[in-house]
Amino acid sequence: MIPAAVEYTRPSTVDAAIEVLADEDAKVLAGGQSLIPLLRLRLSAPTVLVDLGALADLRGVRQDGDDLVIGAMTTYDAILRDPLVGRYAPLLAAATQTVGDRQVRHLGTIGGSLAHADPAGDLPAVSLALDATMEVTGASGTRSVPATEFFVDYLTTALAPGELLTAVRVPNNRVAQGWALVGVAALCRRDNGNIADIRVALANMAPTPVRATAVETALTGAQAHHTAIIPACDRAAEGTSPADDLSASAGYRRHLACVLTKRAITGCIAGYVDET
Amino acid sequence: MARISITVDGVRYDDDVEPRTLLVYHLREQLGKVGTVVGCDTSNCGACTVLMSDPDGRLVGVKSCAVLAVQADGRQVVTIEGLAGPDNTLHPVQKAFHERHALQCGFCTPGMIMAAVDLLTDNPDPSDAQIREGLEGNLCRCTGYQNIVRAVRDAARDLREAGRSAAPAAPTPLAGEDETPDSGLPREQVPDEVIPQPVP
Repeated sequence: MIPAAVEYTRPSTVDAAIEVLADEDAKVLAGGQSLIPLLRLRLSAPTVLVDLGALADLRGVRQDGDDLVIGAMTTYDAILRDPLVGRYAPLLAAATQTVGDRQVRHLGTIGGSLAHADPAGDLPAVSLALDATMEVTGASGTRSVPATEFFVDYLTTALAPGELLTAVRVPNNRVAQGWALVGVAALCRRDNGNIADIRVALANMAPTPVRATAVETALTGAQAHHTAIIPACDRAAEGTSPADDLSASAGYRRHLACVLTKRAITGCIAGYVDET
Repeated sequence: MARISITVDGVRYDDDVEPRTLLVYHLREQLGKVGTVVGCDTSNCGACTVLMSDPDGRLVGVKSCAVLAVQADGRQVVTIEGLAGPDNTLHPVQKAFHERHALQCGFCTPGMIMAAVDLLTDNPDPSDAQIREGLEGNLCRCTGYQNIVRAVRDAARDLREAGRSAAPAAPTPLAGEDETPDSGLPREQVPDEVIPQPVP
């Protein structure tokens, strides 16, 4: 289980990285925690690895107005240690805590997770619920891609060859929870006992993370009470196409989506709601 | 080939490596650090865990089968062979594993100890639940977890009583040579066939 022969470069600027990435068979190496196992199984066979390890500008979390800007090369561990994330994006902190194990969290990066776009990944669904925006740099300049447009298909994103995800911009949110066989990320805003605004995103219920629109429609403006929430959550799997595989049947995933949506929304209403 | 420089257990090694070389094979086959083992070969079991400095210089646990040797260029690495102190005393985590018999076949032990050192450096007083969660990346196929948890708990207590961090002491170049506690026969009496050789 040795990777196939590959060339390697560790550029010292984003521009130099983009230049190499123009080659369609080049592959970005961030933390390597998804890529290296794939290289070893020879499921991925790039001609050149572009190691972003020397790009210090892509590491770290900063505040920009009301937004939190998280560099693509920020590790899970650094996200968990960051006071800004704990304060402004507790959902991201909670979900990151469940990613891999300590060793994986020391090397794995948020940008790597999002660009890898594994349907079972936690952070793609979290980015969708947080209404995050991906900051992308290419030869022709930079562009912003909303999370809703970033995840295109199984392991496929809106990144074009020659483009690099440099940061994730997260609006100031207050939110709850995240899983893996099926994951649910929910954000609610309550107004005088009613649900003023609700967004629910599902991980691993389709080739991309998807919003549970039936639940959102049923609950927007509804009373923040179990009599409204429970029947609405039974519709969480509407319009989804979960995988039927060794880990779980599609039916079980639909069941989980409903159960976890109930938990996520209930948790959200109970403890994580910003009522100001 | 790529030129890399890694400081392993206090000794700097400059080598030409193929970019596809995994750190664990570089450690074992090029540098002879066979204390670090390859377990599952799929980055699940954690047997290959070593400490590696992050960009800020902090030593953190990583699975050396999921790191390319080129990614370790310029970094510090501490393996199980560099954990004992310069005065030949076992690290408190090693000592506690010994005293609590926190191993059965022993194959997971190097990774389990390095992961425990990483955990205790971060959290000097973990609950049993935090110990189990902290070691979730390491598997013991003998299922000898009870004594492993006891050993980590003991080591945490010993470290706190001694008022020291679990972070390894400055590694000694003597590690792996004739002054480590498990050195066995003096080197000149060791038969050639048991000395690890790089695989051609």
